[in-house]
Amino acid sequence: MRAIINQNRIPLALPELRNLGTVLRILLAVNAVVLIAALVGETRWSTVSDAWVQATAIVEPQLLLALLILYAAAPWLEELPYGVGAATILAVTLGVSLAFNTAMAAMFSEVTTGVLLRRLFLALLITASLLYYFALRTKALSPAIAEARLQALQARIRPHFLFNSINAVLSLMRSEPRRAESALEDMADLFRVLMRDNRQLAPLLDEVALCRQYLDLEKLRLGDRLRIEWHIDNMPRDALVPPLVLQPLLENAVYHGIEPSSAPGVIAINIFLRRGEVHAILRNPYQSGGRHHGGNKMALANIRERLALHFDAEASLESKVNRESYEVHIRMPYRTGTESEAVRA
Amino acid sequence: MPDAPLKVLIVDDEAPARHRLREVLDDCNSAVPLLVVGEAASGQEALTLLSTTLADLVLTDIHMPDMDGIELARHLLKLPTPPVLIFTTAYHEHAIAAFEVHAIDYLVKPVRVQRLLAALDKVPRLRPLSDAKLNRLPSSARRFLSVTERSRVVLVPIDEVVYLKAELKYITIRTADREYLLEESLTKLEEEFGPRFVRIHRNCLVARSAIRGFERRVSADGDAHWEVLLRGVPEALAVSRRQQFIVREIGRDAST
Repeated sequence: MRAIINQNRIPLALPELRNLGTVLRILLAVNAVVLIAALVGETRWSTVSDAWVQATAIVEPQLLLALLILYAAAPWLEELPYGVGAATILAVTLGVSLAFNTAMAAMFSEVTTGVLLRRLFLALLITASLLYYFALRTKALSPAIAEARLQALQARIRPHFLFNSINAVLSLMRSEPRRAESALEDMADLFRVLMRDNRQLAPLLDEVALCRQYLDLEKLRLGDRLRIEWHIDNMPRDALVPPLVLQPLLENAVYHGIEPSSAPGVIAINIFLRRGEVHAILRNPYQSGGRHHGGNKMALANIRERLALHFDAEASLESKVNRESYEVHIRMPYRTGTESEAVRA
Repeated sequence: MPDAPLKVLIVDDEAPARHRLREVLDDCNSAVPLLVVGEAASGQEALTLLSTTLADLVLTDIHMPDMDGIELARHLLKLPTPPVLIFTTAYHEHAIAAFEVHAIDYLVKPVRVQRLLAALDKVPRLRPLSDAKLNRLPSSARRFLSVTERSRVVLVPIDEVVYLKAELKYITIRTADREYLLEESLTKLEEEFGPRFVRIHRNCLVARSAIRGFERRVSADGDAHWEVLLRGVPEALAVSRRQQFIVREIGRDAST
């Protein structure tokens, strides 16, 4: 396990400046610093809020302007080596701070050189701290990725499914060798995906194909009890998604929704694009007196974690129980192209 | 009768699993003469089959919808000559640990011919699992109660039970349609089914969902007591003085 973690050491990378999570973290951190400064600088409660408002009026325009410039420059910045990129970001913040404060001085003439220098120094200090924080975060998360991958590998396919499927294939060997062959091929494909390095995003179409193979195997043993409804005519086939984002959910749906009942049940899969976001909704019958849901929670937590590693706050996974059905809803940003999606924070 | 073939019944909810087991049994046939007398896709189906067909051995999957293998084993004990039972399972779950502890035989799927042969060899020396032993296996509450009537096992879905009343040696199971006689302990049933039933008297458990309301009755000698009114059956049942608190506890919910 240690060896694998070491192999996956991730080089330093700039924060993803177009990511909502990154932007939120920066906004929060800077405003927290301003608030702390106000709390420390003032001795009386009544003046704290005044001082804070004043400081915010100065800091906020600079902050937003700097973020805007960095947002625009993000694709270009990402091409640069880490050191050059970080220096550029520092230069941008300094430049913004300098321009803003010079303009203020020209308009209100209340900014002395001493104050200007202090503000520039502060801007530099905060930016450097934030860059350091994001670098630490990348480092802190990278072993987690390797570990999550391992953990996922164990959690994803239930041994229950593996042995039941092997048993089902064995039952076909003598009577229907051709079906046995195709079932084994499906299993091979499924396990190939399960065992490879799954940290790169993959096309949605591949994930759907994998889900079909998985469901074919389950149909083999469950027969008519398992019914599938695909609503994917409007899905963005080229969208890049974390591999195995849907298959474990289908496995849960079969295990908790179909197997515990002798009556046929429907699993409905709905994937579509809406306002630049990919939505996937999975629904299966809810068996109230069913098995304990520990395994289900683990799979959900696992997928949620991987979504967060790839998309931060831009993706979400929600599950809910309606009267007779259980529903999982995944929301992801619509990304395409061949961009290599090494995890950044 | 050393020459009579061993009569085997296969129970599994998955058709391919039944099919596979039949093939492996066929392979054993030359070494241990046997005859597959039937296949059942559920516990209920197995019990129906066994009311007309005799079997020496039942091979049953542990995980099945509606009635799992362990519950089936309990109902099988009510047959006049209970068959020997061997469990099958696709995966070593936690449940299997308990099987090991209590030395209960099970086969892991996919089942190998050699392993099956070894198990079949032992069958003539095996006895049906005792109720006490089955009780020690981790299992959820039964979905059915079973009673023996004219040497057949009749299943009563637990959802249909209105009340259970202990009388001398037996417990009367009352459903909307009729009554059945059961040879079990009321205390054990109360433990097994927990909140589904509420005890209204030392000798009586009533299904919570069947309670329609409560009524105060004054008997001839002037003593007043509460009675439970039930859905689906005409008779009202007396609530003992000791259990009177339940009238307040659920009385209001039921009357609204």
